[in-house]
Amino acid sequence: MANEIAALPVREAGNNFYHQSTNKHTGILSWLLTKDHKRIGLMYMIAIMTFFVVGMIIGLLMRLELIAPGRTIMNAQTYNTLFTLHGVIMIFLFIIPGLPAIFGNFFLPIQIGAADVAFPRLNLLSWYIYIIGAILVLVSLFLPGGPIDTGWTFYIPYSVRSTTNVSMALFAAFVLGFSSILTGINFVTTVHRLRAPGMGFFKMPLFVWATYATAWIQIIATPVVAITILLVIIERAFGVGIFDPALGGDPILFQHMFWIYSHPAVYIMILPAMGVVSEIIPTFSRRTIFGYKQIAYSSLAIAFIGYLVWAHHMFTSGMSDTARWIFSLLTFIVALPSGVKIFNWVATMYKGSIDPQAPFLWVMNFIFLFSIGGLTGLVLGSLATDIHVHDTYFVVAHFHYVMFGGTGTIFFAALHYWFPKMFGKMYNKKFANAAVALFFIGFNMLFFSKIYYGLYGNAEKIL
Amino acid sequence: MGPAPTTHVESVDFVMLYIIGISVVLLLGITATMIYFVFKYNRKKGHQPVDIHGNMWLEVIWIVIPTLLVLSMFYFGYTSFREIREIPSNPYIVKVTARMWQFSFEYKNGKKADTLYVPVNTAIGLEMQSMDVNHAFYIPAFRIKEDIIHGKTTHLYFTPKQVGDYDVACAEYCGLNHSAMYTKVKVLHDNDFYKWLERPGVPLTKIQTNN
Repeated sequence: MANEIAALPVREAGNNFYHQSTNKHTGILSWLLTKDHKRIGLMYMIAIMTFFVVGMIIGLLMRLELIAPGRTIMNAQTYNTLFTLHGVIMIFLFIIPGLPAIFGNFFLPIQIGAADVAFPRLNLLSWYIYIIGAILVLVSLFLPGGPIDTGWTFYIPYSVRSTTNVSMALFAAFVLGFSSILTGINFVTTVHRLRAPGMGFFKMPLFVWATYATAWIQIIATPVVAITILLVIIERAFGVGIFDPALGGDPILFQHMFWIYSHPAVYIMILPAMGVVSEIIPTFSRRTIFGYKQIAYSSLAIAFIGYLVWAHHMFTSGMSDTARWIFSLLTFIVALPSGVKIFNWVATMYKGSIDPQAPFLWVMNFIFLFSIGGLTGLVLGSLATDIHVHDTYFVVAHFHYVMFGGTGTIFFAALHYWFPKMFGKMYNKKFANAAVALFFIGFNMLFFSKIYYGLYGNAEKIL
Repeated sequence: MGPAPTTHVESVDFVMLYIIGISVVLLLGITATMIYFVFKYNRKKGHQPVDIHGNMWLEVIWIVIPTLLVLSMFYFGYTSFREIREIPSNPYIVKVTARMWQFSFEYKNGKKADTLYVPVNTAIGLEMQSMDVNHAFYIPAFRIKEDIIHGKTTHLYFTPKQVGDYDVACAEYCGLNHSAMYTKVKVLHDNDFYKWLERPGVPLTKIQTNN
């Protein structure tokens, strides 16, 4: 794959373009040993899109199993491992690194006028760490014990009792976390130190703002999950009794530590996507963004308040009622900056000159689907209604509307938007428009129905 | 839909309708505005675009109004939630034990069952414990759910108003047969319930009910 990209015709003969090797090697080695942010971005793209396809096929197999009641194509254990792998692959290998590692790497330095990221070697290292983590996930599938079956949340005590390869898969997530942390450190430093002369913070493109806010979450939140994962591995190996109630540990502590990372992690997933939206709408409306500062500040607000809402995943966990209402209130507060962004985006279309090409159509798709995701989140933020639909298909619907309807949609938008810049040619516009329509129909057929399953009380992870 | 099986159901459903109602209005408003702009300001019409950098009043409006809306959602959600968290006076306590992959119930007189039989119009308190991993006790018809955690006791309270059978599901993933971890709550008239409770030898399914 890497060679194919290298072999593309050179359309731009710039001195520093990635088609030319930037080190002493040629061919595949000129890619594998490159320190060029653009080449690293493309190497991420190949790896990440490969895993996206894998995760998607697993999702398809799950839907096929659920096409009729009872056993259709697999047994319960296989189904349980598949929904775990679907979650682990889509979250840790696709959607967390997706936009920052591909488009952040490629465009963040370009957008602030830097020659490269601040630490190019570290950048290459984080790609290798990602690949090592991905290989560990794959290896864990084939070792004795079998693929992990805990769900992607690894809840204790089940994850301590499961005889599948939980430790190996957890270690893979641990390794992947470092890739994320190093990318975050790289981007924060790049934004602070390498902006072109005269480019103040409030002159930065909004994609840079969003990626910058994301990078802080990556740096600060990811170590918490690394610690948590390590403790679970230690618990499984030595039975020290930190989380396992049978040994005097506290399983609720695990849930807190897990969500202290994993809730901010959803903002790692969505914030760069919001940055891309703030790029695409002005471009195709041929006018300036409405409310630049509000959009920039709302990214920071989301990143900050996003730290303080993790326990809304735990309203039924048996935690204290006081904690429940405080986290419910904070959860409603974090909805506001996302609302501000949506209003400003729609206002950016006002009195523009709109050319709804594929990237813009993907963004329209995004605004509709992400709004459904955000608004179903209000049902989940409110205590009484969350108690009812928590752990049901309603949550599955909400999560997919936010993550796939939100970030996934914008992944495709970014792919189209920057395709000419990255590859020096235009995509097929007819196919692109057809893809948007197909996605819109298929996505809503798949996930809108799940809102109903949930409201009628169907628990998730049910075969 | 018949009458609500508990009073809490009415208040949860009200909050649900309140939030979903506002959400639908917002969703349609945003989407319609967006589509209207795309047609009205389409490039084919040849308008000159106007650069508008922002509008402070609009920003204030679309921060303040959503803030008030979400605070009202928080308030209604919280007050409805309080109903199920306030311990009723003198509830009828049933002990619930969850294990992979079944629920069992124990009554004050030592009677055990794998289906939850309760008397109608009586405040019921569940004291729930897990023998192994995390489970959750979920009665969709009553809109209540609470996790069952090994090593601690969690509680659920409800007052059924209608005689009938309702599904109970385990809502927290607990391994291989999680999908099959269901039971029922059977709400009986007082005399049926006590008849069942005090005749330990009679199989549970043989009890005649009046409904």
